[in-house]
Amino acid sequence: MIELRNVSKTYFSSHKGSRTHAVHALKNASLTVPKGTIHGVIGLSGAGKSTLIRCVNLLERPTSGSVIVDDQEMTRLSRSALNRSRHRIGMIFQHFNLLTTRTVFDNVALPLELMGQKRHTVRDRVIPLLEMVGLADKANQYPAQLSGGQKQRVAIARALASKPQVLLCDEATSALDPQTTSSILELLRDINHQLGITILLITHEMEVVKSICHRVSLISDGELVEDSEVGDFFTAPRTQLGREFLNDFLQLTPPKELIERLLDAPGDNTHPVVRLTFSGDAVSTPLISRLARECEVDVSILQAKVESIQERTLGLMIAELLGTPTQTQQAMHYLESHQLQVEVLGHVQRND
Amino acid sequence: MSSAMIELILQATLDTLYMVAISGFISTLVGLPLGVMLYVTRPRQILAKPLLNQVLSIITNIGRSIPFIILMVAIIPFTRMLVGTSIGINAASVPLTIAAIPFVARLVEAALNEISPGLVEAAQAMGATPWQIIAKVLIPEARGGIMTGLTITVVTLVSYSAMAGAVGGGGLGDLGIRYGYNRFNPTIMMITVVILVVMVQGFQSLGDYLVRKSDRK
Repeated sequence: MIELRNVSKTYFSSHKGSRTHAVHALKNASLTVPKGTIHGVIGLSGAGKSTLIRCVNLLERPTSGSVIVDDQEMTRLSRSALNRSRHRIGMIFQHFNLLTTRTVFDNVALPLELMGQKRHTVRDRVIPLLEMVGLADKANQYPAQLSGGQKQRVAIARALASKPQVLLCDEATSALDPQTTSSILELLRDINHQLGITILLITHEMEVVKSICHRVSLISDGELVEDSEVGDFFTAPRTQLGREFLNDFLQLTPPKELIERLLDAPGDNTHPVVRLTFSGDAVSTPLISRLARECEVDVSILQAKVESIQERTLGLMIAELLGTPTQTQQAMHYLESHQLQVEVLGHVQRND
Repeated sequence: MSSAMIELILQATLDTLYMVAISGFISTLVGLPLGVMLYVTRPRQILAKPLLNQVLSIITNIGRSIPFIILMVAIIPFTRMLVGTSIGINAASVPLTIAAIPFVARLVEAALNEISPGLVEAAQAMGATPWQIIAKVLIPEARGGIMTGLTITVVTLVSYSAMAGAVGGGGLGDLGIRYGYNRFNPTIMMITVVILVVMVQGFQSLGDYLVRKSDRK
């Protein structure tokens, strides 16, 4: 439904007295979002997320590359054809962007007015939308009288008014508290489910990706560096940045005292500290006690956590393996042979 | 005070109101679109035309920089061409209008500046044309600010119209100068000042009320 092919966006800023300075906000980004799916793009601020999502409806015109939405090459459309195709692409924003001088009803009616629809058709469309987002009783209030979550609901209703096939969400929950965030995400999931609308969202929150996305892309410095199923991304991110996002999200980092004692290379009388990631069957297998029995190593668990990511279960553990170097090597092989990801964080000197 | 005097004061008050109304109305009619043009033709704006923007901006600045008392005298030939005379309230309304147009334009531009760029972006994402954005987003959202600007304009016009009295423009300023100053009649001087004060208070209160009504923030 949405396809970006080698999209680049370069900004030129000229400083007095120096040559023009080029900023590469997007570099050869390619992305495919199939119909009816929810695709998340996650990245740090300044990574190019906003530019990416604005290239889809051409709020930003790509410097090169092509943007295809619903089999239409957006970059080649005339101004009026572009405006018509924008009616089929809804968008919501971090700061809602509701008109302060219009009531809730009139805000939702705006896209229909722009399309030149008649008053009674507008009415017939707006009322059910307000019911869907749970704000039918607020129709005659002004945005200033609403809470953040309610404003975003109005914005969602407004974005859906023109019956779009695609919904773009620009950090839609970043200005909301955690509870409101989850209720807005639930609404977006319902919309995707009931209306079959394809959703592309950008965020810096793993929670958003975890709770509603089917697929996720990781953007870093204008490049899409990773693209995977959400389950895969949460169990085995392929890039360092992906792992950082995941560790931040799971808050599974070794205790500070341990980090200070960690040595990069094994020495005499040291033991490896490992981070184990396991999913699927491995979660329900008593691997640690088997490990102890079969490889004759002792395992000291420093931290452990089990998370469920959509239909998958993800286990994480930071542990110290106690034994001779041969035994601990063997133990790691044993774990890897059981589909666990083993990452050696470092080595610690035994005190005793 | 003689009834003739009272009639004179009444007539002068009506003359002032007439000049303020005419110049306020026409300057809004011209200044509002000019202010919108100044805003939308800026670089990166919805109808970006940097060169046109520069030209409009320079013309507006020239209009803003000429002292009113000089403008009044300088455009006498133009005034005569337009209304056939250079004295009286119709003649005074011409320089008043010309002085107020760039004033209104800059205040409208300032009011538009206060609108969050996100609102324009949202409208663009909905497929709004530039004209739809102006009519349905920019002007309604800036209504409070525009009202404030027009109130300031009207109040300024009241005091400018008094200045027009200096060159035979008619109205309260004319009355104050001829009877109060030249004939040394402090009562007339006081009365004209009091009427002007009341008039300004009235316009300001009316303006504030309209701003409150149109602002939903």
